[in-house]
Amino acid sequence: MVWWDPRIEEMPKADLQRMQYKLLKSLVYRLYSFSPFYHDRMKSHKVHPDDIKTLADVKKLPFMFKRDLRDNYPDKLFTATQDELVRYHVSSGTTGKPTVVGYTQNDLNIWTTSLARALTSVGLGRGDVIQVSYGYGLFTGGLGMHYGAERIGATVLPTSVGNTERQIELMQDLGATAIACTPSYLLHIGEVAEKMGIDIRKDTKLRTGILGAEPWTERMRIRMEDWLGIKAYDIYGTSELSGPMFTECTEQKGFHIWSDIALVEIIDPKTEEPLEAGEKGELTITILQKEALPMIRYRIGDISVMDDEVCACGRTHPRVQRIQGRVDDMLIIRGINVFPSQIEHALMTIPEVGQHFQIVVDRKGALDDLLVRVELTKGSFSDKINDIMKVRQNVEHKLRGSLNVNVDVELVEPGSLPRFEGKSKKVIDKRSL
Amino acid sequence: MDNKKFVIKQISVFSENRPGRLAAIAHALGEEKINILAFSIAEANGFGVVRALVDHPEKAHDKLQSLGFNIAFTEVIAVKMKDKPGGLYEVAKILGDAGINIEYSYAYSGKDGAVLILRVDQVEDAIKKIKSSGATLLERSIFH
Repeated sequence: MVWWDPRIEEMPKADLQRMQYKLLKSLVYRLYSFSPFYHDRMKSHKVHPDDIKTLADVKKLPFMFKRDLRDNYPDKLFTATQDELVRYHVSSGTTGKPTVVGYTQNDLNIWTTSLARALTSVGLGRGDVIQVSYGYGLFTGGLGMHYGAERIGATVLPTSVGNTERQIELMQDLGATAIACTPSYLLHIGEVAEKMGIDIRKDTKLRTGILGAEPWTERMRIRMEDWLGIKAYDIYGTSELSGPMFTECTEQKGFHIWSDIALVEIIDPKTEEPLEAGEKGELTITILQKEALPMIRYRIGDISVMDDEVCACGRTHPRVQRIQGRVDDMLIIRGINVFPSQIEHALMTIPEVGQHFQIVVDRKGALDDLLVRVELTKGSFSDKINDIMKVRQNVEHKLRGSLNVNVDVELVEPGSLPRFEGKSKKVIDKRSL
Repeated sequence: MDNKKFVIKQISVFSENRPGRLAAIAHALGEEKINILAFSIAEANGFGVVRALVDHPEKAHDKLQSLGFNIAFTEVIAVKMKDKPGGLYEVAKILGDAGINIEYSYAYSGKDGAVLILRVDQVEDAIKKIKSSGATLLERSIFH
């Protein structure tokens, strides 16, 4: 087992929590004094920094939301002046106005340190060639991974997204041992490689995938690991927290949230009360060390479960399980909550359909109508209409069973659904049009 | 007795039910200079199956597969019919009397007469029955 910073990574929980309390306390004082926004929010919440007497008192603090960043566009929440900033990132704004994140040199250092620990925990380091196929630019994925990978002494192959055939050639020619990209882009790479007659297993040195920036499932992991002969690790983060920051370790049992960097809570999204470890709820994160854009109790909207036991790898920092859905992604179909990840999970159990899918939500009269389009796998087609109808009925049956809502399934030709190089857009909701 | 010569290789292509899919298939076959001898489309809710007898089934299979189509070979048989009123009845009666169940069928009428293409459950068995009943089966070599 290789460690980046064993002193911190193996620190007893009690010591970590003492450290967290000190960091939280000074963060709250600093914001109360220097952030007009958070000062006002604490006042209207009737809480003063002196009320934070233990780490558990964090629950007395008011939340922050994505809309706070949008409402204060571009930089009204910053607690550093422009001359102290060394970088901006800007989120794409697919769900609304874009949001801007600023970084001081210290902020970048902590972000990079977080990733250095994470990449080390999946066994990467000096000697590895890490292909960064996240977009470089305003999106945090590319540059974030880039500096994290350089920090651990790996060789970075900064391919960014696009031009997939060239990506595969470079992967082969330069012996990439790891790739960082979205899970849907890795699927695309796998398919393009097959068309080029390249077997990722045999013809490349690729052994590790660092996959994130969109939700994916355990079954998809198993399928990709078998198909491409790699170990696939989940990575987590959003631009508001800095960018991609946390990954699973080789145990693959949730991503470690470094306690000296972030304080994680799981809360009930309705009552807003903290939940116990093991209970499913909304992920709420306080970044304990951030200068330019501090985030306190930030509600990203991701649904998951926390495990606070010491990991089998020896790391004492809590783990958060794979994101099970995002509150924003949640579809309400005839009053029932449906997450696209549930659909993906169910489809993965059916060999006759492929890995790609598209969800179309529409309204027929007063009723919501859920249509799932999936590709009929090559080789699972016989000449018989009845056989195809059976495949479709089976998919409909499985989806209905796991979603508790009626689903229409449309079988489409292999390769006909859109492929995505960045974050995939699998849901078309026609109801709002 | 060699009944294999009566087994004809049909190509079956899975197709979404939207405009342009047939054109895509036909264009691909045309490009490869493959001639379509007989063909039908079966439609089910939301998708279809295009079935065709072509002069070069292997070539057609490889071409369509390389374009990403879901394609399969299916064994069919072809029965000669008289190209005049009552011609279909004559053949259909023979099949019915012989107890042959038809899964699906399509027909064409060409310069050498009319032909009924049949997909049946038990191909070997059907060939035997049709031959002994007096109807004429067409050999594969006529098609490809």
